[in-house]
Amino acid sequence: MKERPPRVIETLAGMPAGEIKLIERRLFLKKSLSLGSLALLSGCDVTNADHVQKLLWSISRWNDKVQGWLFDPNKLAPTFPESAITRPFPFNAYYSENEAPEVMAEDYALELAGRIRERRSWTLPELYALPEVSQVTRHVCVEGWSAIGKWSGVPFRHFLEQVGADLTAKYVGFKCLDDYYTSIDMATALHPQTQLTFKFADQILPTKYGFPMKLRIPTKLGFKNPKHIMAIYVTNMYPGGYWEDQGYNWFAGL
Amino acid sequence: MASETSDVVRAGAVIHPLLVRVCHWVNLVAIVIMVLSGWRIFNASPLFDFVFPRDITLGGWLAGALQWHFAAMWLLMANGLVYVLYGLFSGHYGRSFFPLSPRAILRELVNILHGRLSHHLGTYNPLQKMAYLSAITLGITLVLSGLAIWKPVQFQELATLMGGYEGARWVHFLAMVGLVGFALVHVIMVLLVPRTFLPMIMGRAPRVAKDKEH
Repeated sequence: MKERPPRVIETLAGMPAGEIKLIERRLFLKKSLSLGSLALLSGCDVTNADHVQKLLWSISRWNDKVQGWLFDPNKLAPTFPESAITRPFPFNAYYSENEAPEVMAEDYALELAGRIRERRSWTLPELYALPEVSQVTRHVCVEGWSAIGKWSGVPFRHFLEQVGADLTAKYVGFKCLDDYYTSIDMATALHPQTQLTFKFADQILPTKYGFPMKLRIPTKLGFKNPKHIMAIYVTNMYPGGYWEDQGYNWFAGL
Repeated sequence: MASETSDVVRAGAVIHPLLVRVCHWVNLVAIVIMVLSGWRIFNASPLFDFVFPRDITLGGWLAGALQWHFAAMWLLMANGLVYVLYGLFSGHYGRSFFPLSPRAILRELVNILHGRLSHHLGTYNPLQKMAYLSAITLGITLVLSGLAIWKPVQFQELATLMGGYEGARWVHFLAMVGLVGFALVHVIMVLLVPRTFLPMIMGRAPRVAKDKEH
């Protein structure tokens, strides 16, 4: 996303979740202070009142639930011919393209945590040896624009089953090298098109698209597709996410 | 502008049923929130080289605008559903908007071009019928294209109908332009024929003498 959050948030990674929430809430409220004509028309700052913000957040939580009900685990996202691929495919993150983190392939190890039976780490050659599938699907950004790309990797469901993840757990969380983090519902994690992706357009993922791996979810908005994944964990505790904790809808399903 | 003002209802008669009036004002709140937050969402990735002035948008930033938009959509849809079901099954639509023929619309247009603006409390002229039917159609189009943008995978059949995800964005935008255009004309007409305003609140035709100033 092009809009940057206050940089403060990035330095909060080590703080307890409760405290982070409080600070982020304050930042969010500050951000909403410059409201438009509705506030002017009504002659008061009705839109910034704490109870209005609380109401909007709780409706967003309600919308998470509604989207969970609407989500059909067997409904596939539309696929496209390779001729429809958007070139060049846009770069997108909360930082600029030249700030994308470089990962040393030989040092890389994917960490697994939480409700997973075999929590050993995975090297890149091991990951590359997993069965590969490809998809040409539409990436839809929360900003509104969309682009079609080709991604290849292992079906995430296959990977979760292989490492003995608790498939009855509620959430799968991701921690990334760029301090980004996000989480998804288990139903989406098990969707046939949800893919642990190692290639873009038949080439090893370049740095700008998330080397060494990203999670490709054609049934969710772009910010739910984490890049530069360093750790994957399975949990029943709501893990939130980088944008989600600032007010973007968590489920963000398409 | 010459205007016929012979109202077809007697003073004190109910012009707008209570349910229509409640829906009208709830709809106003929902539409204002949807449009102003929608403009902020549009600005995040404009369809063409234009953005709405930031000060007249709602939400402060994209996440805030999305929260407003996806909260007010429930109000808009619930209220719209009540209104449309009532209109269809109570006979309200049948009585108010029909019969309507292209010839009648054309004749009314010619009248207006000749400076004859007719307004009778309690009944709609052919142009008004067309305008209100268009507004309802635009509202339904906005909801359907909005659902297609929100859920282009779950509701992909609907999205296909709108020309795919990108097509649905255009349909949503153009329907907004149409509805905002309707609203502007609607407000201007109320200012031109102010005795139509109170009945949308009180429901009844005013007991005062008919205004002749138009």
